[in-house]
Amino acid sequence: MNGPVSKQVAQPLPQRASLFSRPAWTGIAACAIVLALLPLLNLVFPSGSALHVSDYTVSVVGKFMCYAMAAMALDLVWGYTGILSLGHGVFFALGGYALGMYLMRAIGHDGVYQSDLPDFMVFLNWKAYPWYWWMTQHFWYALLLMVLAPGLLAFVFGYFAFRSRIRGVYFSIITQAMTYAFMLLFFRNETGFGGNNGFTDFKRIVGYDITSSATRTALYLATLAALFGSLLLCRWIVTSRLGRVLQAVRDSESRLMFIGYNPLWFKLFVWVLSAVLCGIAGALYVPQVGIINPSEMSPANSIEIVIWAAVGGRGTLLGPIIGAFTVNGLKSWFTGAFPNLWLFALGALFVLVTLFMPQGIMGLIRKLQKKRETP
Amino acid sequence: MKPVRTFLRTAAVVLGLWLQLGAAHAAIDPALLKPLTGDDSDARIAAVDRIAALGTDDARRVLEAMDNDALYATPSGTVLVVDGTQAWNPATGKTGPVPDDADGVIVNNRIRGEVETALAGLQLFSRDRGVRLSAAQNLLQNADPSQMPTIEKALAAEQDQDIKAILKQVVAVAHLSSPDAAVRRAAVAALADTTDASLTPTLQRMLAKNPDGSYVEPDAGVRAEAVRTLAALQRHQSLVDLTGKLFYGISLGSVLLLAALGLAITFGLMGIINMAHGEMLMIGAYTTYVCQLFFRKFFPGAIDAYLVAALPAAFLVTAAVGIALERLVIRWLYGRPLETLLCTWGISLILMQAVRTIFGAQNVEVANPSWMSGGVTVLGSLVLSYNRIVIVVFSLCVVAAVWLLLNKTRLGLFVRAVTQNRRMADCVGVPTGRIDMLTFGLGCGIAGLGGVALSQLGNVGPDLGQGYIVDSFMVVVLGGVGQLAGTVIAALGLGEVNKFLEPYAGAVLAKIAILVFIIIFIQKRPQGLFALKGRSVE
Repeated sequence: MNGPVSKQVAQPLPQRASLFSRPAWTGIAACAIVLALLPLLNLVFPSGSALHVSDYTVSVVGKFMCYAMAAMALDLVWGYTGILSLGHGVFFALGGYALGMYLMRAIGHDGVYQSDLPDFMVFLNWKAYPWYWWMTQHFWYALLLMVLAPGLLAFVFGYFAFRSRIRGVYFSIITQAMTYAFMLLFFRNETGFGGNNGFTDFKRIVGYDITSSATRTALYLATLAALFGSLLLCRWIVTSRLGRVLQAVRDSESRLMFIGYNPLWFKLFVWVLSAVLCGIAGALYVPQVGIINPSEMSPANSIEIVIWAAVGGRGTLLGPIIGAFTVNGLKSWFTGAFPNLWLFALGALFVLVTLFMPQGIMGLIRKLQKKRETP
Repeated sequence: MKPVRTFLRTAAVVLGLWLQLGAAHAAIDPALLKPLTGDDSDARIAAVDRIAALGTDDARRVLEAMDNDALYATPSGTVLVVDGTQAWNPATGKTGPVPDDADGVIVNNRIRGEVETALAGLQLFSRDRGVRLSAAQNLLQNADPSQMPTIEKALAAEQDQDIKAILKQVVAVAHLSSPDAAVRRAAVAALADTTDASLTPTLQRMLAKNPDGSYVEPDAGVRAEAVRTLAALQRHQSLVDLTGKLFYGISLGSVLLLAALGLAITFGLMGIINMAHGEMLMIGAYTTYVCQLFFRKFFPGAIDAYLVAALPAAFLVTAAVGIALERLVIRWLYGRPLETLLCTWGISLILMQAVRTIFGAQNVEVANPSWMSGGVTVLGSLVLSYNRIVIVVFSLCVVAAVWLLLNKTRLGLFVRAVTQNRRMADCVGVPTGRIDMLTFGLGCGIAGLGGVALSQLGNVGPDLGQGYIVDSFMVVVLGGVGQLAGTVIAALGLGEVNKFLEPYAGAVLAKIAILVFIIIFIQKRPQGLFALKGRSVE
């Protein structure tokens, strides 16, 4: 026997099912193939051909995949563990800033002032990198940092918050305060992250020109891989026994404690994992859009991540991905067609989804399925 | 042309007679006037000073003419003040036509500077207290040793205590460079009463050392006195700083209080997370703006009263918006706080965009009514503006009103009953649904009143509420949910802490420090400063 917990459980857990049902697997695989084909179509066919996909489409879809990853990370804590974070934008931005530091140093002497230091530091009349820029010229360190920075913040913040059993809306509000504080902090020039303007004007990544279509395709495919990798990881977690404990935390934390579990470490684990995934999404986002600035940390941005998850259907993992694509697709269309109406539409989306579609798009799909099964 | 000239001449004679009557008593000695027209600049300056020392209206008139290039002289040495076609002779006090041989007196820059300083000194004798006061204050900035006789004369004649104190300071500052150590010492001692921080560098310079090691101020007694005076000035300055911080802290706290009080009701009592609360503030501020437009158009005479009319208007408008919100949306989400949070956030987006569509994305201009502009000066240099004082008083009135409403009225009784035990209240016949609606409307209406206050302090724009929402939640959480007293103390406390941290850390870091503090604080006391005890806890 493995441990005391499994001894006490009279009935063994049901056999572990496949991560997804067969039709779901088919759908996911089809989506993955279509998404993977987009940049290839862009590269192979010349512009003008019927099969050509524009650069713009590819970059937009790449961006949406980063958003989808952030929404899915949020769903892991909100949908499965019942922790609503209004501060995931901070983790997203921290991951972005971590890679951004490397990208800034990779500019080398090609900045406006042609100095060793990034332009904004020259502008502030700084003579050397601050200590927290140590080692950031190495790509591997940037990769480490994009995991460590959001992970560490989430660990410290989560440890103190969960230990004193802050939950529900209180937790949401203090995460919002946290992102607000970070936004103010990063807006200062003296913080050493470029102030208002943040990081931009990147030139190259690991030696490759960041604007070339080959690099962009590689980044796109890396994002796709990260998205599906994290989807499988999250799905694996929520279908495992750990996932059952997490859902128990969501449904009745007190009862779980009476049974003898300490929810602290479960919550902390999933919280940190979610932050790290969000940070990775942010790090993939920055080289693709070419800019990171503190407005990513504004409370409104974090709440938008929540609405992506809500529209798609929380507690489903696939839903937030669909939601992120739907809402951002709508946003792109609205801001092009009726720029003044977008905020009305977004606001209405918040209201309508919470009132009439608490299960989101996935809920609708499930309802339709049930109807078909029981005519 | 002839009749006109005749008329002018007659008018001139009449005017001249009248002026003669007025000015005959104080003619200026021609010997004083004569050097003004000469070529020797030093002599002319001396003459200017002597004329200024007369301190009469005539002297002022001569100097003003000099400043305005209206002083003429004839070759025979008669000095004339020319005004149009008329010339006034200060030596005789007579007015007549301008002689043909009169020529303008050329005033170079050096003399003009002297004349202007002298004129400033002469204002010390004006009959208008305001003119004297501002003249004295001007002298503080740049007094000239040549004016000392004038100033001392004015000091002797002055009755007003404020002006007297200023003039004393001017004299003392001038005496600091006296060759007599005793005079210097007395001057330094006199400065201890002035409470003017701008003197500090002057005194510090006296205590500094020359490159050769000797003190700038040779006399040890004067130096000791200067040390004492410096200490007194610094004590006063720190008192001013402290009072200023206290006042601005209370002012910020009262703003926070107005912003958070409505939230203390909707969130604290009812448990509704209203993310659109900031937009209620914004709507209140815009209602004030509309009131102002209305008054400007229909009652331009009573424009100062618009603010009074804005109070009930803002309360009613925001309460109506709040009630509509509760009936249409929030009612369906009771018991699902996280959904309420998202839903009200969506509503805040809609409200903001609606205001942007109606009033434009730019800030609108809301002017302080005249009775709220200006301020009262305390401790010599600290200005407490009226609008801030009014808002502090107003916020306390609102708190008192809310307290009375909750504790002394039937509605308040019902509200408390529903808060404490909804099911029981329902059983004994409290219309809980309507109470929810009214309570939420009350909370929003108070936010509207807060919006009126905010419109008097800062910019009114569609994003007005966004800046306050996080702060308001912090106040309510810190004060403890459902605790009016906690909210008051938390708001004032946060305001004070913010203002006291600002000089050390800067505004942004102070704000971050406070957020971090609150996050840590909630760890220790999740129920806020004033925790509920017993059964009310969860």
